Amino acid sequence: MKKAGQNGGKLLVLLEAAQAKSAHISTETITELAESLDLSIGEVYGVASFYSFLHTKPKGRHVIRICKSLPCLLKNAQTIIDSVRQELGIKPGETTADGKFSFELTNCIGACDKAPAMMVNSDVHGNLTPKKIAKILKAYK
Amino acid sequence: MEKRVVLKNCGVIDPGDIASYLTRDGFRALEKALTGPNSQQVIDDVKASGLRGRGGAGFPCGLKWELAAKAEGAEKYVICNADEGEVGTFKDRYILENDPFSLIEGIAIAGYAIGAKKAFIYLRAEYHFLLNLVKNAIAQSKKKGFLDHLDIEVREGAGAYVCGEESALMDSIEGKRGEVRYRPPFPPTSGLWGKPTIINNVETLTNIPRIILNGAEWFGKMGTEKSKGTKVFSVSGDVAKPGVYELVLGSPLRELVEDLAKAERVKAVQIGGATGRIIPYAMIDTPLSFESVLGAGAITVFDESRDIIDIVGKTMRFLAEESCGKCAPCREGTEVMAETMERLARGEGVEKDIKVLEELSETMMLCSLCGLGQAAPIPVVDSLEHFRGEYENRIQQS
Repeated sequence: MKKAGQNGGKLLVLLEAAQAKSAHISTETITELAESLDLSIGEVYGVASFYSFLHTKPKGRHVIRICKSLPCLLKNAQTIIDSVRQELGIKPGETTADGKFSFELTNCIGACDKAPAMMVNSDVHGNLTPKKIAKILKAYK
Repeated sequence: MEKRVVLKNCGVIDPGDIASYLTRDGFRALEKALTGPNSQQVIDDVKASGLRGRGGAGFPCGLKWELAAKAEGAEKYVICNADEGEVGTFKDRYILENDPFSLIEGIAIAGYAIGAKKAFIYLRAEYHFLLNLVKNAIAQSKKKGFLDHLDIEVREGAGAYVCGEESALMDSIEGKRGEVRYRPPFPPTSGLWGKPTIINNVETLTNIPRIILNGAEWFGKMGTEKSKGTKVFSVSGDVAKPGVYELVLGSPLRELVEDLAKAERVKAVQIGGATGRIIPYAMIDTPLSFESVLGAGAITVFDESRDIIDIVGKTMRFLAEESCGKCAPCREGTEVMAETMERLARGEGVEKDIKVLEELSETMMLCSLCGLGQAAPIPVVDSLEHFRGEYENRIQQS
């Protein structure tokens, strides 16, 4: 059996592809990847669980990530966190009952010139105000 | 005053069309390098320019290249570090979204200089929205025949601050957990898959075409003795005009913060992100250079309404979350610091907290495995130096 580094760098790329396809990395995917790359299940799970953008548990169709780093906090990111919470009725770390949105807090997303900012999936939304939140979220079906 | 060298094409060219880049001397530096005497000449020019790494560490770029060029082995790699994860930094994003071609030209020159046939751009997951733009720029450059000697592949990160650290970044490209490596060996002798590798920041590589085309002497005329050229800064926080500004190295902090970004009633400025130095307003004329303070050029401004203890507490919480966990001084030290600072901020501090913080700082700086843990205590140390009264008052009120 090999170690993760001996897969020619494929493991992380394959995990990213698996997640892009089905929104999270299932136990079955981990087992399959381990077999096909001749790695242990622990080795594959170790990589999958290391990165914050890879999920080993199911997520909502859309993942909201509000930046909680200092430049955004200085621009009242807390009010944005509160309005998403109010709008969706869930806390950070939770998923709505209909499976539409997952809500997370994240570290600096490199949009400090547009603080406060958040990502919905790969889209960056900046210069947020509590008023804008409902409108932005409505665009995601 | 702004001096746009690295950013000269930003906002001017169409980042989606190579034709507009070609009208601005695009790929002429590569042509000059390829038709010059040899690859050593390119390395000599970069060495003579005095260019130092723009990702924070400031290592001499030409020296790094020379070590990799002279290292044994037919297989060598160039890596562009586009994992811009430092808190308050977005200048690489700005370069990528406005002028990906200059970066690609810089990578192409680097590949020729060290004899690499393969290059990677490691793009952070948060910048996924730039993936197609960068890939398109590579494809257009390839189609025009500028990348015959080098294959450039974009690899995406998956959300890990520590992967901006070069050895963790290489582990991530290799498909592993992004954990820091013991050094030596250093990447120029044993890097990606154990092969000679150079890892340079986006901004560093974007400087390369300018240096090759205009000459090392031209470049060396800008800046201070040990900090040549310009620096691109990301300014955010309590300022009226947040954004990206490029200044000649050695310019005073005041110019950037007050004149350009229009900050008022400044209490302190943090330079270099989460592990950056905290400069009180009394030192606002500090020059921005490798000799004094710089980092990757993240400038976070705090006005008089801000509580330094709360700010440092939030910073330490971030570092505790992002520590990769491999070495104990960083893994445990950042957590203890975060807990202590948060307790102080809540008004539950005790007399000995200051002493514990100072002792822990020293241990972490001496014993951590990589720059994250070694630099993590800086905000604590600096705030204790410049704002000690606030700590003491808070403890007295507890």
